[in-house]
Amino acid sequence: MVNITYAKDCFPLGEQLSVLDGLTGRGVPVPFSCRSGACQTCLMRATRGVPPESAQIGLKDSLKLQNYFLACVCHPTEDLEVALPDDEQAALPATVKKLELLNGDIMQVVLESHAPIEYRPGQFINLARDTGLVRAYSIASVPHEDDHIHLHVRRLPNGRVSGWIHEQLRVGQTVEIRGPAGDCFYVPGNPEQGLILIGTGSGLAPLYGIIRDALHHGHSGPIRLFHGSRDRSGLYLVGELNDLVKQYSNFDYVPCLSGEDVPHQYAKGRAHEVALRHVPNLKNWRMYLCGHPEMVKSAKKNAFLAGASMKDIYADAFNVSLSS
Amino acid sequence: MTEKSLATWWEQTHDSLYAKLGGEAAVNAAVDIFYRKVLTDGRISRFFEGVDMDKQAAKQKAFLTMAFGGPHNYTGLDMRRGHAQLVAQGLNDSHFDAVIEDLGATLRELKVPENLIAQVAGIAESTRNDVLGR
Repeated sequence: MVNITYAKDCFPLGEQLSVLDGLTGRGVPVPFSCRSGACQTCLMRATRGVPPESAQIGLKDSLKLQNYFLACVCHPTEDLEVALPDDEQAALPATVKKLELLNGDIMQVVLESHAPIEYRPGQFINLARDTGLVRAYSIASVPHEDDHIHLHVRRLPNGRVSGWIHEQLRVGQTVEIRGPAGDCFYVPGNPEQGLILIGTGSGLAPLYGIIRDALHHGHSGPIRLFHGSRDRSGLYLVGELNDLVKQYSNFDYVPCLSGEDVPHQYAKGRAHEVALRHVPNLKNWRMYLCGHPEMVKSAKKNAFLAGASMKDIYADAFNVSLSS
Repeated sequence: MTEKSLATWWEQTHDSLYAKLGGEAAVNAAVDIFYRKVLTDGRISRFFEGVDMDKQAAKQKAFLTMAFGGPHNYTGLDMRRGHAQLVAQGLNDSHFDAVIEDLGATLRELKVPENLIAQVAGIAESTRNDVLGR
């Protein structure tokens, strides 16, 4: 018989019982619906121990890699420590090492975590302002290339955290971070599959991490980045991206401008529309979509209708807190 | 029939169909095709406006598993609760027919024999009154 640990409560799981049965039997409010491993409502994560493969059927590869599983069909063969997806993670202090404007309103924040933090490029961390306000920011750095954690923070009108980062945060200051979290990242394997990455604004941050991670893993299929903004001033890392284009023949970068004035070296239109014009049939492509929630939603639907499989579409919508 | 014996009856009578269709693998093969069809079906697409694509894809998969006679624990009550809001928005028999039609077209595309398609449609059909809240 195996033991299940959830939030300091450890109990033996009865034979024939699923992790869901065991937890709900002890009053843990795990949401569930179909109880047959299809609807994915009871998604949980093993923070220690490895869940059986049969409890991961149908999950995205990036979730499998993080030991996510479906509690209703999970009959573990070893002890597991489990958590619900949104259970709080421990806060860590981190020192601000560098602050650098990447364009008119995007600040690169370089953070040195006081304890090692294992992340995958494209995931996000939560950063807390001294007043306790928390915002999620995507990670643009890659662990094997960069010493520290890089975030791209766009200044929002009246943004209480982004404004504070842009105007008051100083190098040497200590901030609190939690994480990492998120499943929008590169999963090694299937190296010949084409990758399409579409981002708007600071949605480039996770994509820049994902691209370099894929290249580092020797991804050999085409890797196509479409970064969109209204005008040229919204684009950034243009030099770095063009350097990657020169260095890797399978990588290309298409800056897209949705405004009126579009010089000839840019694609005219919204990034996801330009991407679909360039690659109208997305069968067998892997997609990464990051940035404005409306763009992500529309791109996801259109990519799916253009032949991409749901399991190959990874997305991170930058939802803006209503209170900013 | 008690709920327990109903579930056992269901498994015994439908297990073979699920196996014949190819079980989990068949559901996986069908789900993207089926979901693409319902999203682009002008008769019913409005019911999918604004939904979370991932959650909806998982629901489509749960539906197909059930329709293929695979393991599921849905009850009539779940079906009613899950569709009540859509019924309030005007979901009716014509929309239900459209879904059954898309399901049949999906299976035809996957070269499933007609007699099995009829069985799948039969299972889906058995949920009509619950889905439509009658």
